[in-house]
Amino acid sequence: MKKLMYLASCFCGVFLFGQTPSEPITIYNQEDIKVASYNYEGLEAFLKKKNDTIYVINFWATWCAPCIKELPHFENIGKQYANNKVKVILVSLDFPKKVESNLIPYIKRKQLQSEVIHLDDPDANSWIEKVNEKWSGAIPATIIYKNDSYSFYEQSFTFEELEKEVLIKINE
Amino acid sequence: MKVFKIVLGVSLFVLISAFTLTKSEMSGYEIGDKATDFKLKNVDDKMVSLSDYKDVKGYIVIFTCNHCPYAVAYEDRIIALDKKYKKLGYPVLAINPNNPEVQEKDSFELMKVRAKEKGFTFPYLFDEGQKIYPQYGATKTPHVYVLQKTKEGNIVKYIGAIDDNHADEEAVKVKYVENAVDALLKNKEVSVKVTKAIGCSIKA
Repeated sequence: MKKLMYLASCFCGVFLFGQTPSEPITIYNQEDIKVASYNYEGLEAFLKKKNDTIYVINFWATWCAPCIKELPHFENIGKQYANNKVKVILVSLDFPKKVESNLIPYIKRKQLQSEVIHLDDPDANSWIEKVNEKWSGAIPATIIYKNDSYSFYEQSFTFEELEKEVLIKINE
Repeated sequence: MKVFKIVLGVSLFVLISAFTLTKSEMSGYEIGDKATDFKLKNVDDKMVSLSDYKDVKGYIVIFTCNHCPYAVAYEDRIIALDKKYKKLGYPVLAINPNNPEVQEKDSFELMKVRAKEKGFTFPYLFDEGQKIYPQYGATKTPHVYVLQKTKEGNIVKYIGAIDDNHADEEAVKVKYVENAVDALLKNKEVSVKVTKAIGCSIKA
């Protein structure tokens, strides 16, 4: 009996903790557009990749006017510097109930080419400092990193400003 | 003549540097700092200052606005905070820090409309010229400062979020502002003094 309970607890352990951290909590799928939704633990895998790609991670939301204004610059950076191993990931902070009504229609309408993922983790105080200790929580905010070379920006970008920061990483 | 220009340039530079904000001023208040009073226009067209409140123990100052979905998500909770704590000596004062030339939905006229629609029980003030929010160091809406009124002035006791779940009031586990004010009312130390939350950047 004891043995059985031991086995059962092992099974439960695997069941509870066996999930890989980068697994999305939900995948929204609508009009041929898929958006994976992560909690912070899942998002973290995108912020700490160890390879020779330059990741440009932008925190935004469809309702955030300065975010929408700078979004085309991120799209253009992704296109222009694709051959330099630059990858843009747009992390949407839209409210979960707005993903299907606002986010996915926006992606479709603007034909966004960059990868869009959704962050659904309401206890922001628990993870904002893990993203970056300098971050106050205001969006837009952007991370540009390659391996251990990491830069954080709580600001809006013009194309030139963004390109300058990306070029610094390319030329490192 | 050239030398004169250089001297002029250098002295101008020194003069400008002298008036540039120091780092601590730019990054705003920390816990224990004395918060500035203000005189800002309320949605009823009257001017409001902290010092207008005579029989209070402190203030819940909230930088918030009309347009930001996070601010909107918290409107009812801000009203509830005011209703609960005004009678205990901690009234809410809401301040819109945004420049309506950048975000037209945050104009003074639309503040009046929103205050009326929602039945705000607290003053909703306009930071005209955007002079107050940088002193506090607010970076986003909503952004809360709990101040305790003392003989030495209004001391910052809590900075940050209202609670730990903007999206779903039902799912809130920790009410940061309530906990802070409750502690102050009992003359206890505020246990969680600073929190962070996602919010809309202030439109300067």
